[in-house]
Amino acid sequence: MVDEQIILSAQQVNLWFGSKQILKNIDISFAKNSVTALIGPSGCGKSTLLRSFNRMHDLSPDARVEGQFLLDKQNLYAKDMSVTQLRRRVGMVFQKANPFPKSIYENINYGLKINGVPKSERDAIIEGALKESYIWDEVKDELNKPATRLSGGQQQRLCIARTVALRPEVILMDEPCSALDPLSTLKIEELIIKLKKDYTIIIVTHNMQQAQRVADKTVFMYMGEIIESGNTHDIFNNPNKELTNNYVKGKFG
Amino acid sequence: MNLAAREYVDKTVKQLIRITGLIVILILTGIFLMLLYNTFAFFRHIKPLDFITGTQWNPSGKIARYGILPLLVSTCLVTLGAMAIAIPLGIGTAAYISEYAGKRQKNILKPAIEMLAAIPSVAIGFLGIVFVGPFIAGATGLPNGLNALNGAILLSVMALPTIITVAEDALRGVPHTYKEASYGVGATKWETLLKVTIPAAAPGIIAAVMLGVGRAIGETMTVLMATGNAQAFPQGFLQSVRTITATIAIETGEVPYQTTHYFALFAIASVLFLITLLVNVIGEHFVNKFRKYHSA
Ligand SMILES: Nc1ncnc2c1ncn2[C@@H]1O[C@H](COP(=O)(O)OP(=O)(O)O)[C@@H](O)[C@H]1O
Ligand SMILES: [Mg+2]
Repeated sequence: MVDEQIILSAQQVNLWFGSKQILKNIDISFAKNSVTALIGPSGCGKSTLLRSFNRMHDLSPDARVEGQFLLDKQNLYAKDMSVTQLRRRVGMVFQKANPFPKSIYENINYGLKINGVPKSERDAIIEGALKESYIWDEVKDELNKPATRLSGGQQQRLCIARTVALRPEVILMDEPCSALDPLSTLKIEELIIKLKKDYTIIIVTHNMQQAQRVADKTVFMYMGEIIESGNTHDIFNNPNKELTNNYVKGKFG
Repeated sequence: MNLAAREYVDKTVKQLIRITGLIVILILTGIFLMLLYNTFAFFRHIKPLDFITGTQWNPSGKIARYGILPLLVSTCLVTLGAMAIAIPLGIGTAAYISEYAGKRQKNILKPAIEMLAAIPSVAIGFLGIVFVGPFIAGATGLPNGLNALNGAILLSVMALPTIITVAEDALRGVPHTYKEASYGVGATKWETLLKVTIPAAAPGIIAAVMLGVGRAIGETMTVLMATGNAQAFPQGFLQSVRTITATIAIETGEVPYQTTHYFALFAIASVLFLITLLVNVIGEHFVNKFRKYHSA
């Protein structure tokens, strides 16, 4: 792919929690309408990297971020970048499905309201987002039901709907299937592949099969560094580094 | 110890524990029955309708009057006033401690609030007389500041520690994931607090408010000292009032045993009991309503 358009990138990123350095010299970029998998052993900094793309670390007082992050040529950490606006453009789906303790309808309506979408447009957007996330048929008759009554897989698809309703440019997913059964996992994977048409997706996963099923590119991290990145097929079948090979073959993790 | 001895100890302890439980229940039913019995005795002398709708409380007048309305209105006035001050202040402080304050501020605020709870009610009543009273008098031009407003201010101070502590617990207990979800869709800290954290903590916050109301309604010494205890029908916050609790405290000392007046005090105590019960039932109702959204 020569004509791929870079939508999000990070250069020379270092990140500390207190005095402990978690990310070291990260250089990475993401092409528009692609799915990138972040893999690596637990604690290597995948979530930390992911959360630096929507400035979630702003909430931890002891986090310090260094480096340049560009979203469509705009500096993410610039003084004049509104963090709330940024988080609308870079949506996030969390490891454990976390619907608000509100109704299904309100779960999506909340973000729309916050972001000033006129009331008259919201019903259509909510329906569209639920359809886009393949959960509409299951919930259309009970939109006022508490979201916490849904199954784990449904909750996670609702969280995806909540994110896509805001039409973000990038969607960050942090192990979105780690708490789900295999069937729900497959549904989410299908959904991810379909969402690629309209969004750029970065997904952290521990599941090697999952990375190979959904991701165009794969990035292997180890102890806060990117060891190797490239086409998913190459990373899994023909990696350049021994460490990568050992990890994807399941020799450690 | 051999097995038989151990089993013997086990059984004895079980019986002992059961007895302590029974004693509590016995005391409770005893108090309840005594209230009920004396209240019925009162209604053999005075018609319930006269009691409930009477606008005068004057048991020692030429014609004795046993209308509960002035006392009830007084209690409500002082309690509502106290809540109008304590609820926003308490929830605001709780939100500040749990969401905004740094470690150092927390370490100062929390013990300070707990110390507030340790101040005896007499001391607060005293402050009402020497400090709040003159202040109100000065600000309004009244001859003295012993009135419903004074009582409300003092009661709000007394209810604050409970409200803050319980509400702060509730806010802190809101799963971090809810807040992250809210920030994740672009909400500000304030929007998250108002629309996600506080609603999610609602059962606890309502419990906090109910505990505060309970404290305010039942409080005696402070209102006795600070509200002036006039028997006239209360007209507003700047009037001296006489709550149910203060009335019982003032009049039980001098009332002859087994007279209408004696029974009347039990009757108004029963009303107080009913109100407290109602407050708890309403609180419980809301707790259940919001709990519905939490556990699946
Ligand atoms: N808020 C935080 N404060 C301090 N240390 C943290 C924080 N979040 C994560 N860490 C540390 O950063 C390292 C990387 O964590 P994380 O990014 O969650 O790893 P991964 O997602 O790859 O499993 C871990 O050692 C973790 O303990
Ligand atoms: Mg992680």
